[in-house]
Amino acid sequence: MVVITPTHYMLLSAALFIIGVIGVMVRRNIIIIFMSIELMLNAVNINLVAYSAQLQNAVGQVFAIFIIAVAAAEAAVGLGIILAFYRNKETINIDEMNLMRW
Amino acid sequence: MGEAIAFYFISACILGFAVLVISTRDTVHSVLFLVLDFLFVAALYVLLGAQFLAAIQILVYAGGIVVLYLFVVMLVNLKRSPEAHADPHRKTKLGFGLGAAVLAELALLAVRSSEMPVRPVVQAAAVPVTGNTEVVGWMLYTSYLIPFEIASMLLLVAMIGAIVLAKREL
Repeated sequence: MVVITPTHYMLLSAALFIIGVIGVMVRRNIIIIFMSIELMLNAVNINLVAYSAQLQNAVGQVFAIFIIAVAAAEAAVGLGIILAFYRNKETINIDEMNLMRW
Repeated sequence: MGEAIAFYFISACILGFAVLVISTRDTVHSVLFLVLDFLFVAALYVLLGAQFLAAIQILVYAGGIVVLYLFVVMLVNLKRSPEAHADPHRKTKLGFGLGAAVLAELALLAVRSSEMPVRPVVQAAAVPVTGNTEVVGWMLYTSYLIPFEIASMLLLVAMIGAIVLAKREL
């Protein structure tokens, strides 16, 4: 008999978060990097909901809803920036995005 | 037992699709794997008894955000592969190493903390209704009303910002 504890959910969420981190660090396509950020936000949400279920307290789910709202805002603004940048420089490779690098 | 099987199956799908998202060459395939990943996260929410959040996850992520990504993939020209031009200073192996180190730390932390007893917390608010959607809605409109309004303000600002950024000229 295997009991699923919050530790299992924490490990799942840590693994998903690290996959997102590796995606941000390794890929050069900025759209994929944005998707990795969404994966990381999802990992945080899994953690919140798991503890919300464990503690029988819905606050975790409320915070998860706020995180989803912030993720939606982030995606809208970020993709707007990508489009504006693509129109100027014709690239979505972050290695070529060095306008503000000294 | 059924819960354990469901948990392991859903976790394997979530992690597998996440790896596919960041490893696939074709960006459109990557976006489609992201949809599947979000759907399995929603399934995990159902397993945890958060049905309202699962519905929000499917509506907002799989329905809204992913369509936004697909539009951007459609609008930018990916014929010239973004991975073609490599920065010689980029340290990919270091990224993997740091990721593995942080994962090991987090796993150690999770396993260590599981040995400590979990203290039950008192309910944050007296909730007179039952059912997941009712509980979450009640909390959103009572204890968390101001954050809720700020979140709506944030979405409005993000919407205006996205329009301003994407317009060719004002």
